[in-house]
Amino acid sequence: MHIPDGYLGPATCGFFYVVMLPIWTVASKIVKKTLRARQVPMLAIGAAFSFVIMMFNVPIPGGTTGHAVGGVLVAILLGPWAACIALTVALVIQALLFGDGGITAIGANCFNMAFVLPFVGYYIYKAISYNAPIDSKRRVLAAGIAGYIGINVAAFFAGVEFGLQPLLHHTANGQALYCPYGFKVAVPVMLGEHLLIFGWVEAIVTALVIKYLQKHSPEFIKESEVANETH
Amino acid sequence: MKLTNKLWIGLGILVILSPLGLLLPEHFKAGSAWGEWGADEMQKLVGYVPQGLEKISSLWNAPMPDYAFKGWEEKGLSHLSLAYIVSAILGIIVIAIVILFIGKILSRGNE
Repeated sequence: MHIPDGYLGPATCGFFYVVMLPIWTVASKIVKKTLRARQVPMLAIGAAFSFVIMMFNVPIPGGTTGHAVGGVLVAILLGPWAACIALTVALVIQALLFGDGGITAIGANCFNMAFVLPFVGYYIYKAISYNAPIDSKRRVLAAGIAGYIGINVAAFFAGVEFGLQPLLHHTANGQALYCPYGFKVAVPVMLGEHLLIFGWVEAIVTALVIKYLQKHSPEFIKESEVANETH
Repeated sequence: MKLTNKLWIGLGILVILSPLGLLLPEHFKAGSAWGEWGADEMQKLVGYVPQGLEKISSLWNAPMPDYAFKGWEEKGLSHLSLAYIVSAILGIIVIAIVILFIGKILSRGNE
């Protein structure tokens, strides 16, 4: 889902930088209020986890590849605003160091994967796990559903951003200047492959880690539940 | 053991397994992620390389493009797997340093 340089025109790239600026500002203000020094290592682990899980490309045999993002899990455990910061750092390092995702598309990629994905996932998890005991199965299920829906909504947005390009930018004879595929191709492809395959990877990863923590570190789930309620 | 230590170990295991993210797509002959093609793939797919895409796509030269060392494209999967693991470790170290720096600023004054 990492949009490279050249797929989005300048208008779309600029738009998403402008959209992300206040989001990053609010995220740092909120995290500044709530983050304790002893939680910083956990934030680093969250960002590192998301980074490394994105390296696990899952193949569609004979087709394309995709991957989980891990952002819903980070949002459940650290809160959506902290997840936004952790995912932003991971995405920027991917772009600068490894050329994974474009420099011009950092705003758009962060909007999809560091904002839409963790926030959608977080609130779905909150809604489904409402009042559930720390060790309940409903929490594991909620985490899975949140992961699945979170990554799919993000993929939908990426599809829309791709699909908008041939409408916005083309030569006089109709050749696209940037992404050549319109809505009718980009949205169904992005959404379809995530609904069918990659969404399940995000769901399983998110649910399994919550299940592991329930068993081995329930106090951590409890702590993050309390911490996230204060903002 | 402290939870954070357990999680770092978990990350270490993921790092060692990370070449699966390279080998499995290769094994199943899966191409690039949708919408992440290079110019030559684009030429094959739609018959031309969009002018703007061509211009902007070479804007940034990443030091380790596609989680490999520059010039290692032809070195074979074992070399690329090693580069993949090195990339994972390097990425995690840089991310941890950046977060520790940001975290230090943001958590200032909170106890």
